Amino acid sequence: MRIAEYEEIFFKVLMWLAFLLMAGTLLFIIGTIALKGIPAMNWDMVTKSAKGGFYLGKEGGVLHAIAGSFCIAGGAGIISIFISVPLVIFLNVYLNKKSVFSSVTRFFMEILTGVPSIVIGTICFTFMMYIGMRASLLGGIIAITILITPVMCRSLDEIASQVPEELMTATFALGSTKYEAGFIVFFRQIVPGIVSSFLLAFGRGIGDAAAVLFTAGFTDNMPSSLFEPVASLSLAIFFQLEMPIEAVRQRAYASALILTFIILIISILSRMIAARYRKFKV
Amino acid sequence: MFKIRKIKDKLSLKIILIIAISFNLLLIVNFILLSVKSEKIFESNSLFSLLLGGNWQPLGGEFGLKYFIAGTLFVTFLSIMLAAPLGILCSIFLAEYAPKKISVLSKSIIDIFAGIPSVVYGIWGVICIVPAVAGVAHKLFGLNITGYSLLSASVVLSIMIFPIITNIVIELIEFVPQELREVSYSLGATRWQTVKHVVIRKIYPGIIAAIILGLSRAFGETMAVMMVAGNVAAMPRNVFDPVYTLSALIANNYGEMMSIPLYDSAVMFVSLVLLVTVVLFNSIARIIIHRIMKNGIK
Repeated sequence: MRIAEYEEIFFKVLMWLAFLLMAGTLLFIIGTIALKGIPAMNWDMVTKSAKGGFYLGKEGGVLHAIAGSFCIAGGAGIISIFISVPLVIFLNVYLNKKSVFSSVTRFFMEILTGVPSIVIGTICFTFMMYIGMRASLLGGIIAITILITPVMCRSLDEIASQVPEELMTATFALGSTKYEAGFIVFFRQIVPGIVSSFLLAFGRGIGDAAAVLFTAGFTDNMPSSLFEPVASLSLAIFFQLEMPIEAVRQRAYASALILTFIILIISILSRMIAARYRKFKV
Repeated sequence: MFKIRKIKDKLSLKIILIIAISFNLLLIVNFILLSVKSEKIFESNSLFSLLLGGNWQPLGGEFGLKYFIAGTLFVTFLSIMLAAPLGILCSIFLAEYAPKKISVLSKSIIDIFAGIPSVVYGIWGVICIVPAVAGVAHKLFGLNITGYSLLSASVVLSIMIFPIITNIVIELIEFVPQELREVSYSLGATRWQTVKHVVIRKIYPGIIAAIILGLSRAFGETMAVMMVAGNVAAMPRNVFDPVYTLSALIANNYGEMMSIPLYDSAVMFVSLVLLVTVVLFNSIARIIIHRIMKNGIK
């Protein structure tokens, strides 16, 4: 018995240490980004776009990159709403629980979530070359759509599975068609879920760098057209950090702070909406 | 009136079917596209010389991926060695030991960290880990290195895959029915004995699956690794040597890809290797997890 007690204490200590180490590291990351980023922050960073010689330490900001990221992730997010909402309604209302098609689709969703973004980037790039398109906002949107649609589908599917079955049974008992049951009754139940999973997917999209590296290109200008290259915040960080000039590296720290801040706001917002929804569930 | 409803119903079904089928075909289309594009490389290189050759000279038409594959494997393996024990211990702690408040709070914090972009992890690695590794190497081993190394990349990666492993293992542990634990306690087992002999034993395959999922994430991760790994194509002699991964190879070569013959085909082949490996790993892991969740734990 004594050995068992010692073992208990030993592993308890080990677990506490593992927990504290990880919690500490995670706080350390946020702390480092904040400590390095705040001194490098100024209003120019978020109100001005890059001017000539920006990457040599001259004046300017990353507004063009912030705007570019929002355009890419926003566009991709909106397209993926139009894919994932019908898909999730199809899986949950049109098909029954034991259908092979629904389990295959769910399996593909999970696999697609795991495909590395660099692979998605190269695939889109190949496709773009094939149809003679160059790096542009549209290319970035397509790549990020492929990246985040599975994420959004999975998150929405999980929320949709919580809609009570009795509600759907009652709807069908009243004689509604599947379309009415799905797109009127069921849809209303998952609206908050759509918002929170959109935000989740948007957050994934805004932070991704590898998929937009080939497809969206990089520029110093504000996004103006679907067919022009756009900058993105994550790539801006990457390029600024690679510069040997200290002032430019400082800007990378500030840009990282901006990106982290955006991501934190989005993910807290998404969580709040999801939690609220759980409270008012039918 | 009735007719319009019928038409709407049928039309909606058709549109959705198109969306659903094209979604399912996406992965297959990706696979075919990459295979077709990388086919050209096999005209002058065998699979054997591609995977095991040590010469990467696009200008000379030599595309040996040996060092890149080795780099990827080393980084992936080392990061799993760091992340798996910590992740598993943390999830046992959060699911079995921790007070409810800590556990709920930690779970949402872990979720948030899963969403932090890889460039942010990369920049943190450059600021903190790289100098730290350089310092350790200098103090303990007397090595003068930059710190951009296998070890730095693994540390950064391990933090990135930690949330994946932890989330899945917590979910699995919470799936174990409470009665099983109560039986164990009533036989006089301590908490850790219950965890060790009952909980872990029941979800053992699931833990392996979680590790495989972490592995596949590490395998394909690009930006963070590229920023701290040093990107030198050579066999690392120790953990302080720089490495070059497959994903970094793709990302670094997109600019020149078009101007040299066969280059794009080689890069597509690398991409295909990543896709196939990751899809294979993910499928295995997901099937294991589905099996546990479907059959239940008795």
